[in-house]
Amino acid sequence: MLAFKLALRNLFGAGLRTWLTVIVLSFSYVIIIFQQGMLDGWNKQARRDMMHWELGGGQYWHTAYDPYDFFTIEDGRGPLAPELQSRVDQGQATDVLISQASIYPDGRLMSVLLKGIDPNQTILDMPTAPLVENITEIPALIGRRMAEAAKLRKGDVVTVRWRDANGTFDATEIKIVEVMKTNVGSIDMGQLWLPKSRLESMLGVENMTTYLVLKRGSNATDTVNGWVYRDHAYLMKELTEMIKMKSVGGSIMFLVLLALAWLAIFDTQVLSIFRRRKEIGTMIALGMTRQRVVRIFTLEGAMHGILAAAVAALYGAPLFIWMARSGWAMPEMTDDMGMAIAERIYPSYSLGLIAMTTAIVMLSVIVVSFIPARNITTFNPTDAIKGKTS
Amino acid sequence: MDNNHLITTENLTKRFPMGQTELTALNNINLTIRKGEFIGLVGPSGSGKTTLLNILGTLDSPTEGSAVVLGNNTAELSHKNSAKLRNLQIGFIFQTFNLLPVYTVYENVEFPLLLQKLGKSQRHDMVVDALKWVGLADRAKSKPAQLSGGQCQRVAIARAIVKKPALVLADEPTANLDAKNSHHILKTMETLNKELGTTFIFATHDEKVIGYLKRQITLDDGQIANDQVLKG
Ligand SMILES: Nc1ncnc2c1ncn2[C@@H]1O[C@H](COP(=O)(O)OP(=O)(O)OP(=O)(O)O)[C@@H](O)[C@H]1O
Ligand SMILES: [Mg+2]
Repeated sequence: MLAFKLALRNLFGAGLRTWLTVIVLSFSYVIIIFQQGMLDGWNKQARRDMMHWELGGGQYWHTAYDPYDFFTIEDGRGPLAPELQSRVDQGQATDVLISQASIYPDGRLMSVLLKGIDPNQTILDMPTAPLVENITEIPALIGRRMAEAAKLRKGDVVTVRWRDANGTFDATEIKIVEVMKTNVGSIDMGQLWLPKSRLESMLGVENMTTYLVLKRGSNATDTVNGWVYRDHAYLMKELTEMIKMKSVGGSIMFLVLLALAWLAIFDTQVLSIFRRRKEIGTMIALGMTRQRVVRIFTLEGAMHGILAAAVAALYGAPLFIWMARSGWAMPEMTDDMGMAIAERIYPSYSLGLIAMTTAIVMLSVIVVSFIPARNITTFNPTDAIKGKTS
Repeated sequence: MDNNHLITTENLTKRFPMGQTELTALNNINLTIRKGEFIGLVGPSGSGKTTLLNILGTLDSPTEGSAVVLGNNTAELSHKNSAKLRNLQIGFIFQTFNLLPVYTVYENVEFPLLLQKLGKSQRHDMVVDALKWVGLADRAKSKPAQLSGGQCQRVAIARAIVKKPALVLADEPTANLDAKNSHHILKTMETLNKELGTTFIFATHDEKVIGYLKRQITLDDGQIANDQVLKG
């Protein structure tokens, strides 16, 4: 109590100096919480969207399927294992067949992936229902990004050219029956979704599958009969890594501000211990142990952290609450990174994040305050009382 | 040991390193001080008065010989125990007052009691008493910067005596005060000495102080040149 009062009086007595330090330190609190909260919000939204639109409850991949190798795409397919086929039959999963092709919008050549899916599937949120349309052209569903890149609109017809199972080139017309708006770029860019049966007959194959999407909440762990189970951790590896990288990048500003505050606090401590050596000598003469004086001065420095937390809460809390409610509009350009990113991100501030930040700031500030204060143990009280340095 | 012996020193010697050589600030001091004494340490500048007070106040320790203060051999006291001894038994008054600037008069006087972990109402009574002793009860809420030098020194006296210590050590308490304030302070201390039996030891140059002393010890070049009882 005594130390607390002394610390507060001295800090407020120092006026502007204290407030500058406190404000810089409060920025570091707010920036890191804002930053990490945004990332966390994005992460949650991206994971949710990816699960709903693309990944379901995990996937089984054909052993030879490698989404990064376009040349082997045709090898990475085969008939589903019976265990998996029965999941499809029970409506617990839906399977996708992938093939390569070219389209010619406006006479330009564009390499695309054709993805066959059951139009009646309910596993993913993708609006596949319009694919049932019974028309002579092959109905296709594309995403907004693809529509933009290929300058295609709903109702447009475009020529597609592909190689069938025998390696023979063939061509036909495709009609865009729906342009879907999705946050998930990886089911959008460079691809056309067709009814799986139509794609199979184009390729001259039957009951072929590249990968199987499980219903959300299904449990599966084992690899089945030549089909490799890919869980969420695997399927969202890229997202996780990207978030991690961004999180590290975002911490730099936090560290810079924190370091500035450390310098200011260290400096304040050195100066105030030097200026108040007479006071320190007097405290020792009046019966305070040197350790206790060290603690008092450490507390005084560390109070910057407490004040900063209070100031940060003062302007940060309303800001955060408002942001969490109304979200943060993302600029257009961030959209094309291939990651699932919504137009508006709702930051998510976890208690853990706030506790962690506070712990990091407080602990580091205590250390920075303690280092200069530690010297008090070497003070010679008889010199200090007179205001001399020893 | 006589129970009335508050302080005994035996061949107390203090040397300070001075470059290659040493400076002898106190040389073979043998002193016995009893409870209730009112003693002045006089002598020319540099004769060792402050050094002796610092050792008796356990802020410094002898190079040779010993000082036994309130039953404790100062050389053997740990930092912690000497702090405790000072907090409970020894009051300090400094030439430059040494009040804590951010504290009020009340809080400055309360400070030693806070270290003793006394209850709030007990502290309050003791602080008010001490402020009454020095005639500053009405300035309890002032900050030291709002007080005159004489008033500051009176606060310092209140701070030294609030815990009713056995011993008060005062290093030139009147050096920064005018005649009127000096007498006021000396009278206060004289009364405390009489009524509470507190032992006072001053280091002083001040002629005005001499008249109040019961015993005067003259130091010269670190040695006792004269030790005389002035009044009973
Ligand atoms: N910390 C120290 N280091 C070195 N020498 C010191 C130290 N403290 C005191 N001295 C020396 O010891 C001698 C006695 O000093 P002391 O301060 O005790 O004298 P004093 O009688 O109090 O003098 P004054 O009346 O001027 O206050 C002086 O020569 C002084 O220079
Ligand atoms: Mg002196």
